[in-house]
Amino acid sequence: MSRLTAFLSRRRGRAGPDLTDWLTYAYLLVGVLVMFGPVLWLVLSSFKTQAGLVEFPPTLLPLSPVEVELEGYDEPLPLFEVRLEDGSTKRLAQVRRVGLEAQMVDPDDPGEIVRVPIADRTEVRALRLQVSNFTEPLRRFDFLTYLKNSVVVTVVATLITLVINSMAAFALSKYRFRGRNAVFLVILGTLMIPLSVVLVPVYLVITQIGWVNNLWGVIIPGAATPTGVFLLRQYMLTIPDELIDAARMDGASEWRIYWQVVLPLAAPAVAVLTIFSVMWRWNDFLWPLIVLTRSELFTLQVGLNAFQGELNVQWHYVLAMTVLTLLPITLVFSFLQRFITTGIASTGVKG
Amino acid sequence: MDSERSGRTEGTVARVASAVYAGAMSLLGIVFEPLQRLVGVRRMPWVFLLPNLLIFGLFILFPVFLNVYVSLTGGTELFPQDRPFVGAENYERLFTCDDFGDPNSCLEDRFWRSVRNTGVFVLFQVGGMVLVSLLTALVLNRNIRFRGFFRSVYFYPVLLSPVVVALIWKWILQRQGVLNGLLVNLGADPVAFLLDGRWAMTWVIVVSIWAHMGFYTLILLAGLQSIPAELYDAASIDGAGSYQSFRSVTLPLLMPTMMVVLILSLIRAVQTFDEVYVLTGGGPGTATMMIVQYIYQTGFATQVQRFGLAAAASVLLGLVLLVATLLQLRVGRGTEGHLA
Repeated sequence: MSRLTAFLSRRRGRAGPDLTDWLTYAYLLVGVLVMFGPVLWLVLSSFKTQAGLVEFPPTLLPLSPVEVELEGYDEPLPLFEVRLEDGSTKRLAQVRRVGLEAQMVDPDDPGEIVRVPIADRTEVRALRLQVSNFTEPLRRFDFLTYLKNSVVVTVVATLITLVINSMAAFALSKYRFRGRNAVFLVILGTLMIPLSVVLVPVYLVITQIGWVNNLWGVIIPGAATPTGVFLLRQYMLTIPDELIDAARMDGASEWRIYWQVVLPLAAPAVAVLTIFSVMWRWNDFLWPLIVLTRSELFTLQVGLNAFQGELNVQWHYVLAMTVLTLLPITLVFSFLQRFITTGIASTGVKG
Repeated sequence: MDSERSGRTEGTVARVASAVYAGAMSLLGIVFEPLQRLVGVRRMPWVFLLPNLLIFGLFILFPVFLNVYVSLTGGTELFPQDRPFVGAENYERLFTCDDFGDPNSCLEDRFWRSVRNTGVFVLFQVGGMVLVSLLTALVLNRNIRFRGFFRSVYFYPVLLSPVVVALIWKWILQRQGVLNGLLVNLGADPVAFLLDGRWAMTWVIVVSIWAHMGFYTLILLAGLQSIPAELYDAASIDGAGSYQSFRSVTLPLLMPTMMVVLILSLIRAVQTFDEVYVLTGGGPGTATMMIVQYIYQTGFATQVQRFGLAAAASVLLGLVLLVATLLQLRVGRGTEGHLA
């Protein structure tokens, strides 16, 4: 018990590793396995052949049977490791199988046929990456269209969000005017109204505007995020007003003060909001699912879901496309991870 | 040499970026600078607020009220002017139940099943996640090597899209999947994890914890690191053991952060949809159907689109979230800066 409690408590400065240290690292290593394992398994599986995917129990690595081309045979023959009667093992190619017996030839001596009981042979397999899992869906399905739609939605929506949220935050933090507090309170009050609560009326508004089956219908409704306004306003409050007064003295217009003085100084908060917005938009699912019903407008997430929901799930393609979908986020994360984790920890916001 | 070149590239990228920024902003200025002459400096804040307020009003504020109205109308038409006003009929329909403990006795049995599923989900998902996140944060807060790496490991799934998360686990959990492969290797029988109601719910909860715990771990870790080290020194001078200092220093000082985590994860769990929908489709049967899925299917995914009923259910969901938010505001007062 005391060991356990020591484990739970925080320590600093001590001698060599004790049991609690071992427990700590064991926990962390199991954590690595549990958090990364499933993703790694997905990546490994995505390189398997269709035959490899239905194999049960599955192999860890994408293995495929090794085949050899021999003179006198039209088709390539599968290679087997065979245990011979004298106890030695040899690699033979199988010509055909008859009942419990296999007719095999030695690749070095293709003339002579050896008969072997099938129980005495095991398939020779080697690592082979089935790259066509990735290239085929790119050619045969609308994957590139989905990708393009996702990129358009993410980029355009993030730009719009940044501009209008920062403008609103500028007004709420750098001006004194009647109604300011009221506006801020209303925005704060809706901070916790998620889209899932207003699905029907927002769909109604979208239909009225004519944005059903239109990417604008996905982009615009989520653009005026209360979270973004709040985040940027809190940051802009820390920018000294003297800078603005000085710029005004120099004859700068209010618009110029906004984009040349205040917005560059708010860059850290803008960066955090950019990351959030990209994450929200790239991963968004429910709203695009409702707004977009024509497949040429699907975003990646909706397309991927439609594809995996088909009657005959083609797992070899689904897995490869899932890998392609998580790739961009993973790359961004591996470059910006320190920045992202500290940014999120200090604001406590998430989509 | 290499770093010199990359430094130069970076410089070029920055110059191009700032030129694009200046160009775009000057372009927008063509609209906004004349506006200032038109309305005067004093009204400029409203000009700055306008785009955000327009979208905000049209897609957040107005829908909140419209939602309540739609929930009081019937029929299958979309536009309110075509929909007959039916008063509280939709709510009555949702609440027609012989016995609220038994969804089968209710008129809208799917609604009550989804309510019950969501209740079970919230209880175990939030409970389990707060515990695992706390344990992980405590471990990460120890004097360990590679802390940055391990922190990223737990955080990584947070960034994955719900669809990707669901597909990863669907692949693992299917009958021919790797988990059953391991079971068979250990000599056990394979289990149809996603085709058995209880197993499906268990895995939906586990997968959801897997996907989100990194975020709450980060918040708890920030909370732990804001506890001043002097307090621990003082405790150990007073002769407190590690358990005692955990109980009398760590826990009480972490409590506000814990409450924030609890309520944020609660608000999130009540609205769960994406991962579960892709992983199980709400099935087998209705075993993992959540409230948002009920709303989505009632309003959008059936032949007869019952918008009124969907709106009524979402008004009820909104009320639950409102209560949770008010709780958060009460609690959050002590932990400003942590919340947004």
